[in-house]
Amino acid sequence: MSEDLAALAAATEAALAAADDLRAWDAVRVGVLGRNGSLTALLKGLGQVPADQRKDRGAALNRLKTSLEAAIEGRRVALDGAALDARLLAEKLDVSLPPRPGLPGGEGGIHPISRTLEELTALFGAMGFAVAEGPDIESDWLNFSALNIPEHHPARQDHDTFYLPAGADGRRPVLRTHTSPVQARTMLGQAPPIRVIVPGRTYRADHDATHSPMFHQVEGLVIDRGIHLGHLKGCLVDFLRAFFGIADLPVRFRASYFPFTEPSMEVDIGWSRKTGELGKGGDWLEILGSGMVHPRVLANCGIDPREWQGFAFGMGIERITMLKHGMPDLRPFYDSDIRWLRHWATNPLAPPSLAEGV
Amino acid sequence: MKFTRRWLARHLESDATLDDLLAALNRIGLEVEGVEDRAAALGGFRIARVVEAMQHPNADRLRALKVDPGDGQLLSVVCGAPNARAGMLGVLALPGAFIPGTGITLKKGEIRGVASEAMMLSAREMGLGDDHSGIVDLPETAPVGESYVRWAGLDDAVIEISVTPNRGDALGVHGIARDLAAAGLGRLKPLDRPAIAAAYPAPLAWEIADPHACRWVLGRAIRGVQNGPSPQWLQDLLTAIGLRPINALVDVTNYFTFGLGRPLHVFDVAKVQGRTLTLRMARPGETLLALNGKTYALGEEDGVIADAAGPEALGGIIGGEPSGCDETTTECFIECAVFDPVRIARSGRRHDIRTDARQRFERGVDQALPPVALDLATAMMIELCGGEASEVAEAGQPAAWQRAASLRFERLGSFGGAAVPADEAVAALERLGFTVQARDAVQVTVAVPPWRNDVAQPIALDQAPGLDAARAAAAAAGCAEVEAECDLIEEVLRLRGLDAVPPVSLPVTGIVPPAALTPKQARAVLARRVLAARGLLDCVSFAFLEAKTAALFGETPATLRLENPIAADLDQMRPTPVASLAIAAARNAARGWPDLGLAELGAAYRGPGPEEQAAVVAALRAGQTPRHWASIARPVEALDAKADALAVLEALGVPLAAVMLTTDAPGFYHPGRSGVLRQGPKTVLATFGELHPRIAAALDLAGPVVACEVFLDAIPEPKRRKRGAPDLPAFQPVRRDFAFLVDAATPAEALLRAARGADKALIADAQLFDRYAGDKLPPGKVSLAIQVTLQPRAATLTDAEIEAAAQKIVAAVGKATGATLRG
Repeated sequence: MSEDLAALAAATEAALAAADDLRAWDAVRVGVLGRNGSLTALLKGLGQVPADQRKDRGAALNRLKTSLEAAIEGRRVALDGAALDARLLAEKLDVSLPPRPGLPGGEGGIHPISRTLEELTALFGAMGFAVAEGPDIESDWLNFSALNIPEHHPARQDHDTFYLPAGADGRRPVLRTHTSPVQARTMLGQAPPIRVIVPGRTYRADHDATHSPMFHQVEGLVIDRGIHLGHLKGCLVDFLRAFFGIADLPVRFRASYFPFTEPSMEVDIGWSRKTGELGKGGDWLEILGSGMVHPRVLANCGIDPREWQGFAFGMGIERITMLKHGMPDLRPFYDSDIRWLRHWATNPLAPPSLAEGV
Repeated sequence: MKFTRRWLARHLESDATLDDLLAALNRIGLEVEGVEDRAAALGGFRIARVVEAMQHPNADRLRALKVDPGDGQLLSVVCGAPNARAGMLGVLALPGAFIPGTGITLKKGEIRGVASEAMMLSAREMGLGDDHSGIVDLPETAPVGESYVRWAGLDDAVIEISVTPNRGDALGVHGIARDLAAAGLGRLKPLDRPAIAAAYPAPLAWEIADPHACRWVLGRAIRGVQNGPSPQWLQDLLTAIGLRPINALVDVTNYFTFGLGRPLHVFDVAKVQGRTLTLRMARPGETLLALNGKTYALGEEDGVIADAAGPEALGGIIGGEPSGCDETTTECFIECAVFDPVRIARSGRRHDIRTDARQRFERGVDQALPPVALDLATAMMIELCGGEASEVAEAGQPAAWQRAASLRFERLGSFGGAAVPADEAVAALERLGFTVQARDAVQVTVAVPPWRNDVAQPIALDQAPGLDAARAAAAAAGCAEVEAECDLIEEVLRLRGLDAVPPVSLPVTGIVPPAALTPKQARAVLARRVLAARGLLDCVSFAFLEAKTAALFGETPATLRLENPIAADLDQMRPTPVASLAIAAARNAARGWPDLGLAELGAAYRGPGPEEQAAVVAALRAGQTPRHWASIARPVEALDAKADALAVLEALGVPLAAVMLTTDAPGFYHPGRSGVLRQGPKTVLATFGELHPRIAAALDLAGPVVACEVFLDAIPEPKRRKRGAPDLPAFQPVRRDFAFLVDAATPAEALLRAARGADKALIADAQLFDRYAGDKLPPGKVSLAIQVTLQPRAATLTDAEIEAAAQKIVAAVGKATGATLRG
């Protein structure tokens, strides 16, 4: 490279290094590449160069031009970056500030009863159950008679039934004392095979620390050919272990009596009376009632018990919810105290799913 | 049902431990409710002699005792009992013993300078009564050093079981023993019927005037009895199960009620008017002064036992005071009858009398036992009270209780889930008292014992009204065929323990199950989640509330008022869940939490019919938005509730463009700040608005309260059409702003609708972005500013085309609303 070109390269490099803002940088750029710039002048002078040197000189000039342009652009990028850094430093936000709020209520959430209902749906759904529902106000036939609880039956008294004024037929409707009337509704409304759970509100005239006049039950009903008591046990063991998340949860079955099943069984799970911990401790806790559907219930609902048989079970939703989460008191469930709700609520965007874990 | 271990031993020969017995009871369906084992709790308390009782040197009311616990090693005991004296025998607790009456575990101590190495106990401190006047003072015969409860016979374990309504036979110790023996816990001791010599004709005769009152009755008199306190062993048995000993004759009847599940009654012959006891239905106006001291007005549905003076007993439920036996009785008459369970249940319920007799009769007693029980009771009364027996008086006859039931062995597996060998099944039934009538390889037919009223009962169906006749008949025939078999399967499985049935997972029809929820049910769950995700707390409220409060929120028909509410403020089925949420908001405000957002998925009740219960999701917001450094807190407003309602509708697939708005919201809303969202003119999808200030005030809700309700039943199932291709025009949209001056009463929606409709091919959207009302405008006018999006499809719009579209918009808006472009 001829001396003049080397000198220009060196001078430009020095000038760029000295330019510490965009204005100085621009002056260097114009001074080299501008219309009257030093490089532009050298390019213009190429015509005066003797013909035999012109080719080499031209090539050298082009190389110089490329390198100067790169140096100038590189300096601009560096200056731009430095300027941005300086600006952003001045734009500092106190990131500890609370973000903009939503509407009143703050974080919303799902009630523990609703959560359990969704978990029941997911788990029994996986076993092929559909969810059936019925009204809260029922006839005494559906709530009692259909289920083999005739009028004089001692079980009718145990139910502490709420009554509404008698209708045109002279019979008093009741607030259903259990979800079992939906068994009858389902059997009357669809032909077997049947595999449903019935979650819902139930009512009994009883109010103390462990009883609420309104509470929730889930009923299960399976009617099919060849369904036997072993299936009932398997279904409940599968459910209880999945629901409580304890793979080896001890489950005990005891003979009992319900008017609508035979044989009937009460079901206990293992726990520690001392610590309340489920699955260990050697004590037993009664958790639900179950049995093979009584032939009279089938016959009352028009199903021939020679052809079809199956099982039913029922459990308290509050009870299993309290046990699962270690919730001590029943009464706040219905009080809508936002402090309690916020404490026990679950995320509505994370509903129970078999894929994500119930 | 309570009984003691000693009582059980009178009927069951067994070397089983208490734990074995309890486990077996639970297994076979006689659930153990509680066990009181005094031998364990009080066994360590020993009989001890007070050798010396000196005044405490530093306390006026205390004594310093020297006590011999039986080994001669005198212990120093400080005692405050006024009756403590040298030479007396009492009960001593040593350090480490738990004192039930005080809840304290005893430690060695020093009381005012005198060592106290043990404690002398009162009856109350041992949990054996209320007596706390002094320490227990035992007779001189008590053996020093011996366990007190063992010596006093108080170490009997008391077992309480819950007897299910079908098992009347387990309301007697003998029946429980039979079940335990059948379950392999020992041998049932048979009842030995004594021979009773009849010394004279029965002084009273029975007359059954109405078979509804009684089916069969036996009676026998004993004359020359000396009634008084029963012996200690009998008193101890009765006291242990919570009964009060009365006198020997009455205690014997209680002994049989609990021992054999066979209620008896004794009349004092001298107090009976006339010589005939008549079993009949009561006559209107008759009353009975019962043994519980209460007087009952009887009706034609009550069966009574009457003498010449009138009813002397409500048969099978409770005896009468005037003819009962007491210490003066010299001749008694034992009644042993069989009553109709249904009539007893009805009568007992009507009068709300709960007696041990009623409990047994309404579940059914042993149909064949009366002659045996009468002889046993007669013998025991003569043994305890002396006297001689009369002949037996009898009326009526036993009901035909004999029934048979068959069991196909294969059904034990295919119904019961346990393939029990035939021999084992038959043996189990025989141990329970069933007798084999016929047996082959396939099945066995057995006779049902007279105490098992629950097995092979006559079929009583109550089939669904309107059931197809052929279907009903087939079902009834099926029931008649299989029911008794189910009874027997239950018995066989019960005795083995249902834990012995192997669990089998439910067979699945496919590895991927069908959806558990119907689309409608899934919508309800989604609605709940949408509101929770919008910051609302999901609530579960009582469906009933105070009628007065309910009336603030809608119709409160009498058909929805509970006849027997648990509390006066829980008597009316709610007309809308909004009511429950408003009350909850007031409760929270009273606790100091006025700003909140609540939601509930629940029912609204219009009437008692099933179709009158509407599924509603409701939301309520109250108070202020949160105070925040970057945004100003503001009161909640009706449009917040509208947003909640729209969010639910949108999530549930309702096309919002087609939703119509009217302003005829229910009366619980502010009349000027509420609306109704409809699909078509008839279908109401949702209501929203500010709560009426009068209602807010009535509920003590200070701040603004807004609410909405979405009627889930009204929302049609979204059409399951495949979506068309998306609209993705190749040309950029053009956005133009317009500010209109319009009457303040004009709905913004009307203006937007007009703008959108001005050129349907070109105008893709119109949105309100500013609303200004102020003194720079003519009175009664507001400025509404909208942004209109023009979407060209064929070519980029020219200025002239844009201008033409703008003119169309201004003209259309002007025509529809009278608005003018703001200058």
